[in-house]
Amino acid sequence: MAQIVRHPKALAVSPLKASAPAGAALAFLGINRGMPIFHGSQGCTAFAKVFFVRHFREPVPLQTTAMDQIATVMNAEDNIVQALAAVCGKSKPGLVGLATTALSETQGTDIARMVKTFRALHPEFEAIPVVAVNTPDFAGCFETGYATALCGILDATVPDTAGTGRAGKRKKQVNLLLGAHLTPGDVEAIKDWVEAFGLRPVAVPDLADSMDGHLIQEDFIPVTLGGTPVSELATLGEAAATIVVGRSLNAAADLLAARTGVPDHRFDGLMGLDACDRFTVLLSELAGRQVPERIERQRAQLQDAMVDTHFMTGLRRVALAGDPDGLHQLAVLLTGMGCEIVAAVSPVKSALLAEVPAPQVHLGDLEDLEDLARASHAELLVGNSHLAASAERLGLPLLRAGMPQYDVVGGYCKTWVGYRGSRQTLFDLANLVLRHHEHIAPKPSRLAVRPAEGGDRSAPASATGH
Amino acid sequence: MKASDLAALLDEPACAHNKKEKSGCARPKPGASAGGCAFDGAQIALLPIADVAHIVHGPIACAGNSWDNRGTRSSGPELFRIGMTTDLSEQDIIMGRAEKRLFHGIKQAVERYGPAAVFVYNTCVPALIGDDLDAVCKAAAERWGVPVVPIDCAGFYGTKNLGNRIAGEAMVKHVIGTREPDPLPADRAPEGVTVHNINLIGEYNIAGELWYLTPLFDELGLRILCTLSGDARFHEVQTMHRAEVNMLVCAKAMINVARKMEERYGIPWFEGSFYGITDTSQALREIARIVDDPDLIARTEAVIAREEARVRAELEDWRPRLEGKRVLLFTGGVKSWSVVSALQDLGMNVVASGTKKSTEENKARILELMGDQAIMLKSEGARDLLNAVYELEADILIAGGRNLYTALKARLPFLDINQEREFGYAGYEGMKELVRQLALTLESPVWEAVRRPAPWASRAMVVAGPEMGDSPDAEDDTPADVTSAGIARHIAPAAVGAAA
Repeated sequence: MAQIVRHPKALAVSPLKASAPAGAALAFLGINRGMPIFHGSQGCTAFAKVFFVRHFREPVPLQTTAMDQIATVMNAEDNIVQALAAVCGKSKPGLVGLATTALSETQGTDIARMVKTFRALHPEFEAIPVVAVNTPDFAGCFETGYATALCGILDATVPDTAGTGRAGKRKKQVNLLLGAHLTPGDVEAIKDWVEAFGLRPVAVPDLADSMDGHLIQEDFIPVTLGGTPVSELATLGEAAATIVVGRSLNAAADLLAARTGVPDHRFDGLMGLDACDRFTVLLSELAGRQVPERIERQRAQLQDAMVDTHFMTGLRRVALAGDPDGLHQLAVLLTGMGCEIVAAVSPVKSALLAEVPAPQVHLGDLEDLEDLARASHAELLVGNSHLAASAERLGLPLLRAGMPQYDVVGGYCKTWVGYRGSRQTLFDLANLVLRHHEHIAPKPSRLAVRPAEGGDRSAPASATGH
Repeated sequence: MKASDLAALLDEPACAHNKKEKSGCARPKPGASAGGCAFDGAQIALLPIADVAHIVHGPIACAGNSWDNRGTRSSGPELFRIGMTTDLSEQDIIMGRAEKRLFHGIKQAVERYGPAAVFVYNTCVPALIGDDLDAVCKAAAERWGVPVVPIDCAGFYGTKNLGNRIAGEAMVKHVIGTREPDPLPADRAPEGVTVHNINLIGEYNIAGELWYLTPLFDELGLRILCTLSGDARFHEVQTMHRAEVNMLVCAKAMINVARKMEERYGIPWFEGSFYGITDTSQALREIARIVDDPDLIARTEAVIAREEARVRAELEDWRPRLEGKRVLLFTGGVKSWSVVSALQDLGMNVVASGTKKSTEENKARILELMGDQAIMLKSEGARDLLNAVYELEADILIAGGRNLYTALKARLPFLDINQEREFGYAGYEGMKELVRQLALTLESPVWEAVRRPAPWASRAMVVAGPEMGDSPDAEDDTPADVTSAGIARHIAPAAVGAAA
């Protein structure tokens, strides 16, 4: 449907893209007692850490192999072994995620061999899985790094049981492979949804359990505060089904299916009535149960909200920026409400972009989005907090979606998916539109003869459309 | 950057670290490190120059994960807020197209945004593949007719602190002294007052706190030629060589700039702070003393007397609420001592101060201020930090944003003192905000509520103790005089005399 347009620019201005290693780190942060390490210079880690800390308003575990000048020029093999040994020894992690960066990839690192060297030198840490992934900053984006890390997690922890008849042994278990476009609030909502049918969800990764922002009994834990337990990862092959949310996770889904033989069901997103209905029907079939009444009610509530808000969303000209999965999911919801996507920008190419319901999707940055929004007379912006400056310059309301969300509290855990999440999103959109409603400027007839009305401006200026 | 150039920067003669046997700038430890890189430091030091296009030459991570991240403010142009990067792709790197991309990138920035100058920050990958940053910048400057300044600050060169110095060095080498200050219009100066020129080096205008001070400088007839770099403009940096005195506001960050300007232009410098009443007054006095204008000295004393009386009166109400409260201060660099003075002004009890990133002068200053009760934290691990809070029975932790959520998770009152904060604390006026923020967190009812166990729970909610696992950030080789919590107790303030 959509035509993909490239922008041959030398500079990325107001970058939309966050790096692949950062995406990988987020996937690792969804594993219980997880500890991501970047193989790069200290700054690679420091920037990603600040990125997450400011978005989640949480302490975030993230370590570095701390490549200095000598390690960069000579070799950085010792750095990896030392870093793994230090982290395994001190933090007692459940899983270590080792992601490369542009620096180490340009230098040329054989990360898998390094892990073998570490294993040989430190047999005492044998029980701790180490997931090594190649995520150079110069390729892909946040979403692709996340997907790569998820493949790595599954590859390192799921035993090969395809064809052994173990698939389906846990009749109630449903594996959930969840994409980078889902927030901790989304993950929580999806798990609740599955549980409503008496099924047992195992989310991989489980950001709802680790990055939801909750006070814990302890004052400090050097690793993640929750997430998918590593022990659960070994049981994925015994589940009755796998549900995948996010096109970017196709490779991970293929890997899990090949490894375990568990049948999977794939969704691009879970926003809007259609996607929610398909998901609900699937759960009903998997569970062999009728749709619970409270979900029926939520569906009816969403329908009511759709009717109420269509006045504000209909023909609304929207400019949208994000990584492909998130962009697609939102575009589907918005066009389903009568909006027109007049500008859409993604930082990288993906097959899914062609399916975005918009005439064009541009590969570019937020400068491009601002230009496109201005040229196409957009009325509403949707994207991360970096768009706030553009919104100000354009004089348009901004619905904050995606990462990072620095300038709001709680943006990280907002629920977008499901009947309830979709409903709240529609309310939020409609309220933004209402608050930015432009009144007709008063132009009383020059022929009208009225006594001087002084400076009284408290009277209503004029009638408006709403 | 050549190894010898890096060594020269690390060997900053004015930095007392280098007079010690064991250098403070030790190699980072894989798997147990925190903190940024040289690029981070260089960018932080120069980004506040508001009318410059700041281009990060490298793959996406360096700019993509970090842009739009600083609390610094501009009174005019907002160009510095726009993130720009060459966003190098795999093909650029393999095919050697990165230099070309940068050249065209500079053109793009110049044509669209008309910057006063372009700063190009080198990062790890171009440094590794050997891009000739100087040559590209030189060619671009000639071609597009705009100053283009190379800042060779690849992350792997070293720490954030080194990056600060690299940034300062680039200013000294390429910018300072390339233009004369515009003459001051006659009607701008206060009547009958001789205007003197000064620079503030290392003042970043966080949350706009510089603007608490500018009215005072105006009143005194002190013209700030340039702040390096809060709310600065490129042409102001060019004219810094005409100042009569340089004040170094953030101690070690750009010490090399002050020293080199003294060597080249004979400008005397001193280290001062605007945090706290005492230190603000001291800084103003020092400027007047160095300028050596008896009229200025007299007027400065008058302003100090007036401002101190005014602010102290306003703080009286707050004093009983804060007096005697125990503060654990954990910040790097200058703030470790300058904030001590501000807190002591309020009658608060600073029980320890972190010195991981402090220079020898800073440590000496702390000892001078806190006397023999000085306790210095050497480790920056979260676990050690919390243990120190418990051991020292601190009421509040004052630290950088990185430790903010560590403290909150542990249910501790916290004050953010670093660059991302949203409140300005400088000068006499800043003290009022500091007091408000301290009281706000210390007296908040939330602490009692979040420490309270659920009514149905049998065990207490918060437990604290040093036995709960090591911090990944902790140092292994803690010296013998350090306790389990990483606390070193200094017995005699022997180094006091060495304070700069």
